[in-house]
Amino acid sequence: MTATVTVGPRTADAWRQFAGSGWRERIDVRDFIQATYTPYAGDGSFLTGPTERTRVVWEKVSALFPEERRRGVLDVDAATPSTITSHAPGYIDRDRELIVGLQTDAPLKRAIMPNGGLRMVENGLKAYGYEPDPFVTKVFGTYRKTHNAGVFDAYTPAMRAARRVGIITGLPDAYGRGRIIGDYRRVALYGTDRLVEAKRAERALLDAMPSTADVIRDREELAEQIRALGELATMAASYGCDVTRPAATAHEAVQWLYLGFLAAVKEQNGAAMSLGRTSTFLDVYLQRDLDEGLLDETHAQELIDDFVIKLRIVRFLRTPEYDALFSGDPTWVTESIGGIGTDGRPLVTRTSFRFLQTLYNLGPAPEPNLTVLWSPRLPEGFKQFCAQVSVDTSAVQYESDDLMRPRTGDDTAIACCVSAMAVGRQMQFFGARVNLAKALLYAVNGGRDEMTGEQVTPAMPPLTGEYLDYDELSAAYDRMLDWLARTYVDALNVIHYMHDKYAYERLEMALHDHPVHRFMACGIAGLSVAVDSLSAVKHARVKVVRDATGLAVDFRTEGDFPAYGNNDDRADALAVELVESFMAKVREHPAYRDAEHTQSVLTITSNVVYGKHTGNTPDGRRTGQPFAPGANPMNGRDRHGVAASALSVAKLPYEAARDGISLTTTITPEGLGHVPGERAGHLVGILDAYMSAGGFHMNVNVLDRAVLEDAMEHPERYPELTIRVSGYAVNFVRLTREQQLDVISRTFHGSL
Amino acid sequence: MPKATAPGAVTGRIHSWDLSTGVDGPGTRFVLFTSGCPLRCLYCANPDTWHLRDGREVTVDEVMAEIDKYRGFVTTAGGGVTLTGGEPLLQPAFTAAVLRRCEEAGLHTALDTSGFLGARASDALLADTDLVLLDIKSFDVTTYRKLTGGALAPTLNFATRLDRLGKRVWIRYVLVPGWTDDEDAVDGLAGFLSGLGCVERVDILPFHKLGATKYDALGIPFPLRETPVPGPALVDRVRDRFRERGLAAH
Repeated sequence: MTATVTVGPRTADAWRQFAGSGWRERIDVRDFIQATYTPYAGDGSFLTGPTERTRVVWEKVSALFPEERRRGVLDVDAATPSTITSHAPGYIDRDRELIVGLQTDAPLKRAIMPNGGLRMVENGLKAYGYEPDPFVTKVFGTYRKTHNAGVFDAYTPAMRAARRVGIITGLPDAYGRGRIIGDYRRVALYGTDRLVEAKRAERALLDAMPSTADVIRDREELAEQIRALGELATMAASYGCDVTRPAATAHEAVQWLYLGFLAAVKEQNGAAMSLGRTSTFLDVYLQRDLDEGLLDETHAQELIDDFVIKLRIVRFLRTPEYDALFSGDPTWVTESIGGIGTDGRPLVTRTSFRFLQTLYNLGPAPEPNLTVLWSPRLPEGFKQFCAQVSVDTSAVQYESDDLMRPRTGDDTAIACCVSAMAVGRQMQFFGARVNLAKALLYAVNGGRDEMTGEQVTPAMPPLTGEYLDYDELSAAYDRMLDWLARTYVDALNVIHYMHDKYAYERLEMALHDHPVHRFMACGIAGLSVAVDSLSAVKHARVKVVRDATGLAVDFRTEGDFPAYGNNDDRADALAVELVESFMAKVREHPAYRDAEHTQSVLTITSNVVYGKHTGNTPDGRRTGQPFAPGANPMNGRDRHGVAASALSVAKLPYEAARDGISLTTTITPEGLGHVPGERAGHLVGILDAYMSAGGFHMNVNVLDRAVLEDAMEHPERYPELTIRVSGYAVNFVRLTREQQLDVISRTFHGSL
Repeated sequence: MPKATAPGAVTGRIHSWDLSTGVDGPGTRFVLFTSGCPLRCLYCANPDTWHLRDGREVTVDEVMAEIDKYRGFVTTAGGGVTLTGGEPLLQPAFTAAVLRRCEEAGLHTALDTSGFLGARASDALLADTDLVLLDIKSFDVTTYRKLTGGALAPTLNFATRLDRLGKRVWIRYVLVPGWTDDEDAVDGLAGFLSGLGCVERVDILPFHKLGATKYDALGIPFPLRETPVPGPALVDRVRDRFRERGLAAH
């Protein structure tokens, strides 16, 4: 990696005028950015609208959306398992596109990726009226084992039971785990020849080591990574691009970077296929071309617009079960924008604005998942612009740069919704989440399922009092969470062992350093339900209603209790304690490949499914009723406005939830101020205040309930209506009716 | 001689508190709703704050303890604390004490009042008030009485006094079709306000019926149930009348 490299004339030209040296000698994109970028402290007035070309290309592909929405998928190539090189080049409009490359040979045509699981592919096909291809079924049913098959070979009965009843759900045991961000910028900056060379150097170090199981696996993985880089170059060549060399212009830089990403989404259907942190990197190239007179602002914007069109049409074949968990066909092409460097210079450039501008030029859309790394120290013009985009489109999420920078550095990007990683240096094993509310009911019932009566955990003594006693419940809950944490981490170890073995992310990992730092990203759901239930038991009286078998099936709460979400420590302290305690329990169990344990407080849209699988809870929530998403207070229980609600969430310690704490906030336009022109400024104030108070993440929707209700009745009038749900954005009209109702039932912070 | 009550032990009656953004003064604010109001505005959205006796008795210390939890937030968010109601000047000692303590804590303060009890606001109370949100319900004496049950003159006197004291004032004008959209009355008010240097802005607040459910819950009739809310054209027209007089109307 540190070997001196002779730079040939092609590379010398590609790197003309770039400052700095460290990044020339080793693969180090962060160093390149720091050495070369031009901070921009102004406002959005320089931005330009869409060109005629952009409009035509976007309209051409948009015209396919209604049919796709109607049928669920537009088309599938059921016969060709996807690889980086499996499909012939595809185009939207070959003569007009600036940035080329599709996952298959036609826009929105989905590919199959059976490495993750054959049944997933077959169910996905059948759900949309396609027949599984017999050859594919034979190959992956007979000759080539899948990730899914491997996992189920090694699952224990306890893991299967926990999964079946839904106390641990959403596990990536039948689909691609995702949440790995390749450093796609490396393709543009270095070209694949140089990347292969660096990988060979990493490999050479391993060749000197004794062949233990770990070393053998690493050697094989590096061999696969090198092979994948070769395939990337082959695929790029089919589009007429020579990515073996560094990109020499802004146009090439965007194209090379995109081809790297495209190779990843051709190889993997990971739940979240995030892009990283590319805008300021690309700005270096755009700025050089602008300075050299090769580009003007209109064309700079056009390149970003065309790139974003491609990011908007990434598609995977999913099953209806998957859609129920993660609704609206999300791909989490998350792009992290802004932030501050460790040297104090904001990492905001004109291209940070250009990415956000696509929400105006192409209209609002959920993908790419535009994520602003917020700090009160960001330039005012940028803050104001971001907030205005939120007010206008509800398509942006915000995460605290000040919390992440000291831990994962100033080249951190978000994978999926709220998972922070240093790009190219860290990766994570995505672990979905456990259901803390259901676990509380298990504590009451000694491990019997409150809906089926089945004994799921090893038998533990149930609570038998007429009223729940807080101390007794706490002790039983603690024991139950011990069991849950052990079973959970164990299951994740199985899953990730098999994913590495059967569905390894060759290309994405080729764009990481070796060795890489790994996180084991656990997660919790139902936090507010569990906390309010504990608060009810602690501060009011909760009488247990049991069925004939002694199973607690309902609760009668007598008296008032403080609810999480009102900045009231009596409830909020319980939430803090629960998050810290579960994190500590998770850390007790060794993780596969020595990964560092983290957890998130995030549900995505699975809060609806979790609620469905959980019986009546002591907080008064009825069986089947959705949970609040992520770390949100329960709908309607946060009664003192957005600031009080947010301050409760801000108390959750990031140190005990390093994989992110998600808050989704919906504010009516009036709720941000009487005067429309002042609303963005007010939102800036709220974000500054929330992050200063230690808040980690905020999804911001600026919407009236009436708009959503109308969109349910007349979806055809709202094709672009975008809302933030929990860590990502969706087209509202693509949510299931159940999820639409859930969103509408949430707290809208307004004004009276 | 009876022992004087310690300032923090002064009590008042409040309805509730809330956090709001951009509607009760600048930025995000802690809004304290006091109980009791001498007026009975037909369009009132908070009939549950009319009676002093319905309020919860709290000490200034208790209020400040709650406010303190939001000090960082509202300050960073460019806001502060707003006292509204009800009518905060119905409890002038309590209101003055809360404002004083907020000032001491470095919080921006706003007082939302009809001005009907403006005479009860001491100069000291106003010195601790950074911004007055003055609700002028109507500029027509007869309409004012019909609409509120009270007299207009105290409010105008209060406005003049605020001007003399150099207080920052934002005017709030609720626009109710058939009640406060009379062109002459609007013109008259705009003319009056344009003569007051203290008026920074005029917020036209379109009448809404979101308080109707509260009337139902209280079992009292909502007098304007059948009154239409103003359309955007009417709001624009009235706003323009104020603007024609050089006022920053929103």
